[in-house]
Amino acid sequence: MHSVFDPASPQARAVAHLWWWMFGVGAAVWLAVMAAMLLSLRRRRAVRGPDELMQPAPGMDSHIERVVKAATFVTVLILIGFLAFDFSIGRILAQQPVDPLTIELTGHQWWWEVQYANQDLSQRIVTANEMHVPVGQPVRFILRSRDVIHSFWMPNLTGKRDLIPGYQSTIWFQADTAGTYRGQCAEFCGLQHAKMALTIIAQPKAQYQLWYAAAVSAQTEPADSTLLYGQRIFMTSGCSVCHAISGTQAYSTVGPNLTHFKSRTLIASGTLPNTRENVARWVLNPQAIKPGTQMPPSPLSTDQLSALVTYLETLK
Amino acid sequence: MTGPNTNRTLPVEATVAEDDIERDARALETVWGERPGFWSWLTTVDHKTLGKRLIVTAFLMFIAGGIEAALMRAQLSRPENSLIGPDRYNQLFTTHGTTMMFLFAVPIMTAMGLYFVPLMIGARSLAFPRLNAFGYWNFVVAVVFLYVSLFVNTGPDVGWFAYVPLSGPQYSPGHRVDVWAQVVTFTEISALCGAVNVIVTAFKMRAPGMTVNRIPIFVWAQLVVAFMIVFAMPAVATGSTLMLATDRAVSMHWFNPSEGGDALLWQHVFWFFGHPEVYIIFLPALGMITPIIETFCRRKVFGYTPIVMANITTAFFAFGLWVHHMFATPIPELGQSLFTAASILIAIPTGIQIFCWLATMWISRPQLTVPILFVLGFLFTFVNGGITGVMLASVAFDKQAHDTFFVVAHLHYVLLGGGVMPLFGAFYFWFPKMTGRKLSETLGKWHFWLFVIGVNVTFFPMHILGLEGMPRRVYTYLADTGWGPLNLVASIGAATIAISVLLFVINVIVTMRRPVNAGANPWNSSGLEWSVASPPPSYNFLYAPLVESRHPLWDISVDLPVLTGFRTDRREVLVTTTFSAQPDSRHEGPTPSIWPLYLALCMGVVFIGSIFSPWFVLGGVGLSVIGLAGWGWTGSKPSGHERVSTPAAMPERA
Repeated sequence: MHSVFDPASPQARAVAHLWWWMFGVGAAVWLAVMAAMLLSLRRRRAVRGPDELMQPAPGMDSHIERVVKAATFVTVLILIGFLAFDFSIGRILAQQPVDPLTIELTGHQWWWEVQYANQDLSQRIVTANEMHVPVGQPVRFILRSRDVIHSFWMPNLTGKRDLIPGYQSTIWFQADTAGTYRGQCAEFCGLQHAKMALTIIAQPKAQYQLWYAAAVSAQTEPADSTLLYGQRIFMTSGCSVCHAISGTQAYSTVGPNLTHFKSRTLIASGTLPNTRENVARWVLNPQAIKPGTQMPPSPLSTDQLSALVTYLETLK
Repeated sequence: MTGPNTNRTLPVEATVAEDDIERDARALETVWGERPGFWSWLTTVDHKTLGKRLIVTAFLMFIAGGIEAALMRAQLSRPENSLIGPDRYNQLFTTHGTTMMFLFAVPIMTAMGLYFVPLMIGARSLAFPRLNAFGYWNFVVAVVFLYVSLFVNTGPDVGWFAYVPLSGPQYSPGHRVDVWAQVVTFTEISALCGAVNVIVTAFKMRAPGMTVNRIPIFVWAQLVVAFMIVFAMPAVATGSTLMLATDRAVSMHWFNPSEGGDALLWQHVFWFFGHPEVYIIFLPALGMITPIIETFCRRKVFGYTPIVMANITTAFFAFGLWVHHMFATPIPELGQSLFTAASILIAIPTGIQIFCWLATMWISRPQLTVPILFVLGFLFTFVNGGITGVMLASVAFDKQAHDTFFVVAHLHYVLLGGGVMPLFGAFYFWFPKMTGRKLSETLGKWHFWLFVIGVNVTFFPMHILGLEGMPRRVYTYLADTGWGPLNLVASIGAATIAISVLLFVINVIVTMRRPVNAGANPWNSSGLEWSVASPPPSYNFLYAPLVESRHPLWDISVDLPVLTGFRTDRREVLVTTTFSAQPDSRHEGPTPSIWPLYLALCMGVVFIGSIFSPWFVLGGVGLSVIGLAGWGWTGSKPSGHERVSTPAAMPERA
């Protein structure tokens, strides 16, 4: 689900390859030093001199000097080899992507704002914490932060890139295995740094295009009276102060965009599965689940809460 | 009595008459000795008293930081644990890091130097005894300030690295970050006082004949580190005291991008200090290993010159690595490559030192006492941390491992393996010198095994956790992540470490209740510090020893030749030339004084007060003028400095 050992992109695979080499050589070096250490305890090469000090056997010092010089030389060779290997991996990662899908990712305390870039504004998708990407096409991320420093990291797909206020940086990868991958903010960003996860769903191009088509569509007006009631609660109980649902009068960008809320698998930045009970618990008192989150509690009655959640569940 | 500026040759004597020894010892004890009582406790300038006090205070900080670590491990032992909430947890991990780096590791390594450098080079005191006291009291202010703040729920909570803008006024209102910034300020002052003292003492106060190529390796390490402190500390002083504190107190916007500031600048300033800091902890520990190996292998170390050169090289490289903490930031790739190369190169000098020690052990018969066991524990643990350090030099790999538990594992392998294990070895080794009592070997072996096992059980699983995606500085994690079992293992390891440290404390307490019976040189070791009584007299050396080799106590068959003829009616110290250590002048050292403590309290008013109002700065500076005047006041006494010429009988023996 999230592991450097299980790469799903050429980029992550190159690093995993490097890692296993480093692990092998590193383990061999460690074992060699431990062997030398243990043998030095066992060896009885010296004799006790008249002054209680050890007198090395004749010629021992020049012999051991050659060994130390050789060990130093081998160390230097290993390190130079490692440096060359690392630079070759660095060159692979430094290539520029061809015809990438561009996603603008903005860090917030403590969630990820996602915008699929498109010249045609009607084709732009605004979502949060969960992204779908096509397998086999490079995906380029433009990274920014709205508040403090965050760090984007998908262990199976790519290493980290920081989101720093005042800077814009990019990173890219190309998923070559379909799957659902988890990542977490990697730079300490305050109270809820621990609960700032994101999900990337890599899927075959056809499936991705279906998702994309659904995601650009606006929501239709609810017809059902319960849903209308739920929508009214959304608009009047404070939800719309921060959250947007396209096609309605809610267009604030303070919190995650909820237009296709139900299409996401998790809520609260990867903290809870997106089930009816969890959404109700979250809306009622998010501070109990994620203390310090910017979302305030909403003291709704059972009927109100039920209608609101029913409405949110239609936002597919 | 001879007046100033008269050239006098001090007599060299192979043996001094018993009567003279007794008379001089009594006279020196009157001049140098501490009077009993609380006032004397506050005013002392004896480097041994202050060194011991600094070691004890810093070790208490090790225990405090350890308790914080234990609480964190308890919280992380299972997923979604509700023992400690995020607010408390963030204060705990920040205070743990700040305590261990600023209030334990650097001070205790410096403290070992402040205690032993004069004894190892045959000097009666440090060059600036009152400055030493001032440094200690500043350190105490930092300790009290940080822990009082933590207990009133104002502990810093943005990490020991305090990245802006999270630590800036907008995202961290209140005083928590101010506490961090000012604690760092006090420790900077304290470290700089120690560094300047060590540099001047090691350069100008070595015993006659201790030429540059005869300086003990422990002293070399302390000297190199003192220079590193002088170059590294101003960077963090600029960052925390000048920039972060004024950003917060008077809205300077150094780091605010919307006002033309730069959020990345802080990281450069911090890590330019922060990376050398690691070597400031590590090099003194390496300096402790050489005398331990020499003593218990009963052989002079193989490769004195390469070891000294390795120390100096490491210090240079250490200032060229800081960007490897910033590989995930938008820094040009070509620039990053340079720091990769430097981060890899620094493994070479450390490797050379390790090869030299292994060679020394190879051609002798190590006795497996507790100090040398800790050296073996160092090799077992530190080499692992060094190898992962080389891995982290790779930009590609670092971007996967950075800010994860892999780095937590790496840094604890390096600091516990490379810093604390040699330090424990050094405690067992030099404890008889400091207290006159040997620690129990049996308890020591329990302490050793539990500590080494505990460290490895705690931190080895963290390598795997990091590569499985667990970031650092998280107060909890979801059960779905699958990180639970390895975290539980790590927490069990942490409990093992706690037990082992408790055994050490018990060992110290039990030993201190025993009579003083260790003798001057219980290990039959070679350094000058072992030529004086245990614990050393207040004046350290009755006469200045004459040094003729790197191992003074091993290379002579009878008593050390000494230089006599010092005045015994004042605190006289011998100043020698920097390279060849020829007697140059004699100098009157300062007497006990309350002003260092007073001035440290003034610093407290300035820096702690600055959090609340800039007016405290003005008031505190005003108060400190009085302190400076008192400190420098000598009355109508003449200058206590006079030149001497080299005695005719300087070392000639082969």
